[in-house]
Amino acid sequence: MSFSLVEHDVIQHTINEALSRGGDFAEVFVEDRSTSSAILDQRRVEELSSGRDRGAGIRVVVGETTGFAHTADLSQNGLLAAARAAAAVAREGGGGTREIALGALSEHPTNALTLPNDVEKSRKIELLRHADDVARSQGSSITQVQVALGDSSRRFVVANSEGVYASDHQIRTRFNISCVATGDTGMQTGYRPIAGTRGFEILSEEAVEEAARGAAQQAITKLGARPAPSGDLPVVLAGGSGGILFHEACGHGLEADAILKQASVYAGKLGQQVASPLVTLVDDGTVGGEWGYLALDDEGRPSARNVLIENGVLTDYMWDYLRSRKEGRVSSGNGRRQSYQHLPMVRMTNTYLLEGDSDPDEIVAQTPRGVYVAQLGGGQVNTATGDFVFGMTAAFMIEDGKITAPLRDCNLIGNGPQILQRVDAVGNDFSMTPGTCGKDGQSVPVGTGQATMRLSAVTIGGTAS
Amino acid sequence: MSDLLAQAERILEFQESGEDIEVYLSSGVDTDIQAYQGEIENLSTATSSGIGIRVLRDGAAGAQVGTAWAGSLDDEAVRDALRQARDNAHFATEDEFITFARPDGVAPASLHLSDDSVLKTPLDDKIEMAITLERLVRTGDSRIRQVDSANYADYVAEAVIVSTTGIRAGYERSGTYVSVEAIANDGGNDQTGWGLSAGRAPSEVDITSAAKDAIQRATRMLGAVKPKSMRCTAVFDPRSTATLLAIIGGALSGEAVNYGRSFFANRIGENVASPLFTLSDDPTDPRHFSASVFDGEGLACRRNELIDAGQLKAFVYDTVSAKRAGTASNGCAVRGGIAGSPSAGCRALQLKSGDLDQAEIFRNVGTGIYVESLTGVHSGVNPISGDFSVGVTGLMIRDGELAEPVREITVASTLQRMLLDIAFVGNDVDWLPGSAAGQSLAIEGIAVSGS
Repeated sequence: MSFSLVEHDVIQHTINEALSRGGDFAEVFVEDRSTSSAILDQRRVEELSSGRDRGAGIRVVVGETTGFAHTADLSQNGLLAAARAAAAVAREGGGGTREIALGALSEHPTNALTLPNDVEKSRKIELLRHADDVARSQGSSITQVQVALGDSSRRFVVANSEGVYASDHQIRTRFNISCVATGDTGMQTGYRPIAGTRGFEILSEEAVEEAARGAAQQAITKLGARPAPSGDLPVVLAGGSGGILFHEACGHGLEADAILKQASVYAGKLGQQVASPLVTLVDDGTVGGEWGYLALDDEGRPSARNVLIENGVLTDYMWDYLRSRKEGRVSSGNGRRQSYQHLPMVRMTNTYLLEGDSDPDEIVAQTPRGVYVAQLGGGQVNTATGDFVFGMTAAFMIEDGKITAPLRDCNLIGNGPQILQRVDAVGNDFSMTPGTCGKDGQSVPVGTGQATMRLSAVTIGGTAS
Repeated sequence: MSDLLAQAERILEFQESGEDIEVYLSSGVDTDIQAYQGEIENLSTATSSGIGIRVLRDGAAGAQVGTAWAGSLDDEAVRDALRQARDNAHFATEDEFITFARPDGVAPASLHLSDDSVLKTPLDDKIEMAITLERLVRTGDSRIRQVDSANYADYVAEAVIVSTTGIRAGYERSGTYVSVEAIANDGGNDQTGWGLSAGRAPSEVDITSAAKDAIQRATRMLGAVKPKSMRCTAVFDPRSTATLLAIIGGALSGEAVNYGRSFFANRIGENVASPLFTLSDDPTDPRHFSASVFDGEGLACRRNELIDAGQLKAFVYDTVSAKRAGTASNGCAVRGGIAGSPSAGCRALQLKSGDLDQAEIFRNVGTGIYVESLTGVHSGVNPISGDFSVGVTGLMIRDGELAEPVREITVASTLQRMLLDIAFVGNDVDWLPGSAAGQSLAIEGIAVSGS
């Protein structure tokens, strides 16, 4: 067995201990994660950091109640103590004790080609320096460059009282470059990420150079930016980072925890036309190498491609074990957790809008006046009301069907259900962007994607009239 | 505490010639409870500990530093972290400004930040608090349709920082926190409101006020409309103000300033804000939930005056950013747990109170918008350029009083402009969890984007 942090018999014993007070369900999640990061700032390698975290989280479900405990002590005694702590929620105790027997471990090896530990630290530093050089060569107005490289190797074993006993090995690699350009109008910023559930092979020299040029050019271009308008305008979203809009505008509202608590505007709307017929929205953990890729979710369920909205009609929500159990269905492979110290909950993986057949240039040409968003930053949604915001980090005016002046950073604001109805053109240039999704204090890597598309009206939160 | 200190000091004995070692050890006990519809939804308990090690190597052109961390204090994890930190140091650029903190003679404040009633309170009592909180909100107003989650959380933590450069610091802290989100509906669209209360011990937490706050915030948003775009005075509530102050605090980081990543860079002595604006960072004031005896490098925390009557007085520094700026640390290293390295930051910001209560501010403002929540702060505020654009919900102010609720709007300006355009500072200080206290704050000339 390649992952022998905790032996089969110890895991089985721990599950049985967790069930000893009468729980309906018990789960042991053992995780071993190594991370490393390197940062180049102001041309200096400021910090190399390495981290190691391993431990186990134990969950016991009794009726509607979940008990959870976690420990960094992976000895049999440590695990049994945590199992008893988690089982303490079975407050009546006693009844219905049962023993389970685990079968053989189902293993899922990583798809990474070059593992983090196989890359010399000096090679990582060279790459950071090269990116810095390329960014600075874009213009003398580039006054600052910060480049970061991080990787993680995460192995886990999850076993539960329903016979799941599986392991996954997830390798992730991430590179970010941020540039500051300084001009008469002050400072502006540019940013590009490269990230994947892959090894170091994603950081080819070409990819890194392209990111460095992109970040530098974005900052330089924004030096000439004027204040963004204020009020409703048509918005054309460039392919890739615009997918965050769908992650925020409806993805969170389609997570079954919000649905079952009637805390989502999409509750009770299955089968209804919730979006423009141009919208087909998919959450797909199987997209190999993307930032939200998983072989298994953190409950041991194989990831899947789940169609959420098809031609504008709401077809399904996203599910984890607990929520699917309540509805008597199977999980959709969306049970995820930040680490062994966290309870799993319903989370997105790679969430994207399928491409359409419009020519992206035509979409712009057919927009007399509006805003062209080349890059979106983060966003936030209130799932109960559907109201969301997201930041434009690279945007331009569209005037007479042409992309014109760059705009200063500002937020867009809208309402999920309304914005879905306002999709009136979808292009054929699909691409994806990595992101980090935060929910209830837990962060997980996700991918978002779409093709160039237009929304007939979005509120732009700028200051110009 | 003495165990942790002894363990940390033993690690220092591995020091080799030409290097310094800094060890940060922490351990803690946490309880988390969520209640839903009269039952416990989740109950989690945990103990955790971890280590962060930094190794500094002296070189010809300056020092190099490498770091490593582990979520365990067992011998193997500690040895491995030390080995990794040492190895990582070789790859850092030699830098004349890189150094570890040394004792600076400032005496630590005498603060009692840990309350052992967190550990002594029976688990059943804590569960009862979560369940009561959920019930108070669910039954407190007929328009409350749902309570998304009612949370109780507490912790007791201790940490020590020791180094071969003479640092010996240790502290204990505890905290108790409740929060609840209410969803209200009266036939139209749902509206939500958060209530919270925090203290160092369960007895300091006010469940009734958290419940009332959530109910009021959710119900008074019912019927909210999207107003027309306009330019007006915005009155930020204490929570929103605390968020604004934390953003301002980020731009006062000596590190950001050194690197030109702050709109405050090169402006010491200038009038950067309205004369009504006097801002300090004082972790030694125990009213702050985030009060602390030591900073993230083990130097004594102290009060720092940052902006005085609008005039920029000082930045906050850790040891390295201070040296780079040609000054000494003012005890403002912050550190994001075992995996984080020290950096310069604020931890207990306080804006000097004005004379007016909130109602008086509304009367003085006459017409404007009252901001009750901010969204998209991480995406809509650029602390380098100062561009500010965030989503808000709140209520209109008309004829000096609160009027109809509004939503799906943004307020925008620049941070530079907003500081100068402050019209009133309230006297209603709320000692919120987080790095800033807050009170009502009125800012003129804000662009509101609506329909």
